[in-house]
Amino acid sequence: MQIYLPIAEVSVNAFLLLGLGGMVGVLSGMFGVGGGFLMTPLLFFIGIPPAVAVATEANQIVASSFSGVLAHFRRKTVDLKMGTVLLSGGLVGAAFGVVLFNYLKAQGQVDLLVRLCYVVFLGVIGSLMFVESLNAIRKSRKNAGPPKRKKHNWIHGLPLKMRFRVSGLYISVIPPLIVGVLVGILAAIMGVGGGFIMVPAMIYLLGMPTKVVVGTSLFQIIFVTGFTTLLHATTNYTVDIALAVLLLVGGVIGAQVGTRLGTYLKAEQLRILLALLVILVCAKLALDLLLEPSELFSIGATGGH
Amino acid sequence: MKRLLLSLALIVATPVMAEEVVLGLSQDQVAITADFDGSEILLFGAVKRESPILQDPPLEVVIAVSGPSGPLTVRRKERKFGIWVNADAVEIDHAPSFYAVATSAPFNEAMSNVEDQRHRVSIPRAIRSVGAPMGIEDAQSFSEAVIRIRTSEGAYQVLENSVSVDEQTLFRTSIKMPANLTEGDYPTRIFLTRGGKVVSDYETVINVNKVGLERWLFDMSRNQPLMYGLMSLAIAIAAGWMASAAFQVLQRR
Repeated sequence: MQIYLPIAEVSVNAFLLLGLGGMVGVLSGMFGVGGGFLMTPLLFFIGIPPAVAVATEANQIVASSFSGVLAHFRRKTVDLKMGTVLLSGGLVGAAFGVVLFNYLKAQGQVDLLVRLCYVVFLGVIGSLMFVESLNAIRKSRKNAGPPKRKKHNWIHGLPLKMRFRVSGLYISVIPPLIVGVLVGILAAIMGVGGGFIMVPAMIYLLGMPTKVVVGTSLFQIIFVTGFTTLLHATTNYTVDIALAVLLLVGGVIGAQVGTRLGTYLKAEQLRILLALLVILVCAKLALDLLLEPSELFSIGATGGH
Repeated sequence: MKRLLLSLALIVATPVMAEEVVLGLSQDQVAITADFDGSEILLFGAVKRESPILQDPPLEVVIAVSGPSGPLTVRRKERKFGIWVNADAVEIDHAPSFYAVATSAPFNEAMSNVEDQRHRVSIPRAIRSVGAPMGIEDAQSFSEAVIRIRTSEGAYQVLENSVSVDEQTLFRTSIKMPANLTEGDYPTRIFLTRGGKVVSDYETVINVNKVGLERWLFDMSRNQPLMYGLMSLAIAIAAGWMASAAFQVLQRR
């Protein structure tokens, strides 16, 4: 069934969009990532103009994250206090990121920067996570007991300590704030919710338990992407509501399935799967940069991006 | 006025061959609805003349349908430091979003180069580029790239020998418009030619418009962007909540 999208001005298959939304939704619920880093390239691939894809994707992430976070709320795996601290850092970072993005756009080559950002961050995070979770799985096989992560490091020496009951942490608010700001900047530049950076940062830098991380990450993604949606809708007019509805119907159902699937897997298994996924996307993007494209020319709107 | 002068000049120069187009369209409006999946427009017409039919050279018909035009930036990738990046860019000041040329004979026979230049009928002539920035020597390859990319997308079509002409009087053709249509006025031109020379031309407009829900959403996104954005968010939140609630009910059973 073909559907004509009013803002994107292209005609696409409705079932294809429902399927894509569902698939990315499952991943979103399972791993606590918004799925933007997967969905945006997929939308480009089926012929949605990039500006519309990025803006509409933000709107769809709001829906799947909200659906996912409700499931996590019921299981009490959302650290609201931590989420709020991360979010306040994130909004500051996002605002700064938009300024940086516009500056780079004026210099040209912002496209390349975004791609390089993707390749570098996905590559580094993916391989680090892969190695770490592989070690964790090996250890748990040997000892049969849960692997113990380092509970004390330099982070615990910082002032302004706060108790995060759900995460079982008593740490300074400075590290989560900094993580929030950095992720916010990257999210604004790369046009994603930042889940795939936030999740590893919470696990490895803040030492939060994996089960809490997913819900907390989703919680803060809702606000960051909601903010982005409004920004795109009011400045670029690129949010396509018809596209968003099709994607999010699949997405919210997928997110529910994903959160339930997530409970059947061990934390290490969950992490290793996310790591593999991240590495896969990174490899695809890196190949695009390294191999000679079949069409060297591209058409862009004048004055747009 | 210009066209009037031109046709006056034609009449004065070739009083014997006074032939005129009378055109019919299967539709002069294309409505883009939610399930719009492309459209086929039938163009048909007749040649009105007061003098006997001239047998040689034969009458040929050239029809050009053009979409709304706008400026474009064409970028070319180049290998730098081992990776492929956008390097040179050329601005094309005027390229139609859709362009179809249908002729009753091979294009070169139906219309001479001089006439093509004057009326800008063939695809390369319909694209206008004022000038490439300094340092780009092969600016031509950039406009060729536009034609190549848009032709492969079905947005640019050359339909030679697709106009059928009966008795040098009646002609008809159909033009398929793709699903990815841009809204706007689509100027449609018909040329009657003999021996490559234009003996008469006629211009009309096909209107392509979004209607119904498509129209409403598009207008809202432009006129009330904040409301539109909030509506998108509300839908997203509601859908997320509904899915969560539905799954909870399912699980309890």
